[in-house]
Amino acid sequence: MNLNRYKDVVVKPLIEENPITLQILGICSALAVTNNLSVTLVMCVALTSVVSFSNLFISIIRNHIPSSIRIIVQMTIIASLVIVVDELLKAYDYETSKKLSVFVGLIITNCIVMGRAEAFAMKEKPLLSFFDGLGNGLGYSLILIGVATIRELFGSGTLLGYEILPLVSNGGWYMGNNLLLLPPSSFIIIGLFIWAIREYKPAQVEEDEFKVSKHSSYPDLTKKELNV
Amino acid sequence: MNDSITKTLAVAFSICLVCSLVVSVAAVSLRDMQNENKANDKKIKILQAARIYDSNLDVKKQFNQLEVMYLDFNKGEVLKNDVLESFLLEHKNDYDQLGATRKEEYSTKLNTSEDIAIIKSRENVGKFFLLRNEDQTIDKVILPIRGYGLWGTLFGYISIEEDFNTIAGLEFYDHKETPGLGAEVDNPKWKSQWPGKKIFIDNDVSIEVIKGKVDPDDVNIAYKVDGLSGATLTSRGVTNMIKYWFSDSGYAKLFSELNYES
Repeated sequence: MNLNRYKDVVVKPLIEENPITLQILGICSALAVTNNLSVTLVMCVALTSVVSFSNLFISIIRNHIPSSIRIIVQMTIIASLVIVVDELLKAYDYETSKKLSVFVGLIITNCIVMGRAEAFAMKEKPLLSFFDGLGNGLGYSLILIGVATIRELFGSGTLLGYEILPLVSNGGWYMGNNLLLLPPSSFIIIGLFIWAIREYKPAQVEEDEFKVSKHSSYPDLTKKELNV
Repeated sequence: MNDSITKTLAVAFSICLVCSLVVSVAAVSLRDMQNENKANDKKIKILQAARIYDSNLDVKKQFNQLEVMYLDFNKGEVLKNDVLESFLLEHKNDYDQLGATRKEEYSTKLNTSEDIAIIKSRENVGKFFLLRNEDQTIDKVILPIRGYGLWGTLFGYISIEEDFNTIAGLEFYDHKETPGLGAEVDNPKWKSQWPGKKIFIDNDVSIEVIKGKVDPDDVNIAYKVDGLSGATLTSRGVTNMIKYWFSDSGYAKLFSELNYES
C-alpha cells in the first residue's frame, strides 16, 4: 500500500487536476444548482457519494466486465446509485430534493462520474478508485461551493438562508445583483476561477492551437474578384 | 475470455439483477417516509394557498385550524350528518380523492366538450377546506384543482375569499412542466399576482392567463394574469383548469350553498 498514491488521488483533483476548471466537466449542474448554498451542498454530497461508490463497485468487478458492454455496465451501476441517492433525498430531505428536481437524476449523465469510471476505476484497485472518486467529488464540490457562495451572497444577500447583506427590498441597504441569480452568471464566475487557478499554476495553460497572423494595414485587393 | 458470449450475457444479467434488487429495496423501504413527506408538503401547500403558512410553527397544528368538508359535485351539496358519516365509513376515514377518479363507481366520465381541463373523469365527491373567522363566518375556502399543462397534469390548490369571487392564493404541489419555463408556475413572483384577482363576470369564469404582460391601464386588469414566457401551453392549461373547476361541473354550485350558510 502506497500512502502517497492515496494522498495524490484525493488532493490532486482539488486544484491541480480539478474536474471542472481543468477538464471543464460537469458544467451543466454547476450552472443549474448554484444559486443557493444549501441546495449546492446537498448536490455536492450526492455527487461525491455517487462518484466514489460507482468507482468502488466498478473497480471491484473491473476484471470481469466484457469490453463490448463495459459502458452500459458502468451506466447501470451509476444509474442505480443515483436512483438510490434520489430516493434517500426524497425520504430525508424532501424540500431540497424538490429544489434539485431533475438535477439529481442528471448526475447519471455527469461527465465526471463516467469519466472517472472509464479512466480510473477500470484500471485501478477498488480502494484507490474509491479515493479517486472522493477526490474528484471534492474537487467538484470546492468549485460549486465557491460559485454558490458568491452567487447567494451577492445575488440574494444571504448565506445558507441567513441574511448577511440586508436587501433594499427588505428595508436594508444592499441592492441584490440579479444577474447572479441567473444560471449564466456561473459561467462568468467559473471562468474567473479558471483564470485565477491558471495564473497560480501556469502549467495548466494550454498551448495555442493556432497563431493569429498580423493585421496588414493595406488589404490586398488584387486577389479579390470584382463583380461589376 | 471476458468477451465470450456466455460471459457477456452472464455479466449483463447479474449486474441487472443486483442493481434492480438494490434499487427496489431502496424504493420500498423508503416509501413510507416519502409518502409522509409528500402528505406534509401537501398540507404546507394548502396552508400557503390560504396564505396563512408560518414555517416556524408546527404544520399539523396549523393545518388543524382548517375545517375539512366534502362536496358532492353532482348534487352540488356539502355532505352533512348521516350522509357524511356513511361516506367516511365507506372510505375508512381516509378518502383518496385522486384514487376515486380511477374507479367508475366513485367518478363521472366527462365528455370532451365539457372537459376543457383534460382530466378525463371527475370524482363524485371532492374534499375541500374551510378557514373560519373567530365569529365562525367563512374567511377563505381552499379548493383542490387540477388540469393538463404541457407534459402532464398540474395539481394544486386555489383559495377564495369569503365573497367567492376574489382569489386569495394559488399553489401547485405536483406537476411535470419544464424547469425554467412551465415550472415557473412555482415562481413566487408569478404566484404573487394571483391574490386579489377576480374570477366571475356575471357568473362567467373570466379570469385568464394572457400572453405577455398585463397592461396596467387595462380595465379588466383584475381578470388577467401575466403569461409565463415560453410556456404558452402551461399558461393555457392554468386558464382552462380554473375555467373548468369554477364551472357548474366544478365548484360553482358550492358557492351558492356556502352563501346560503353564511
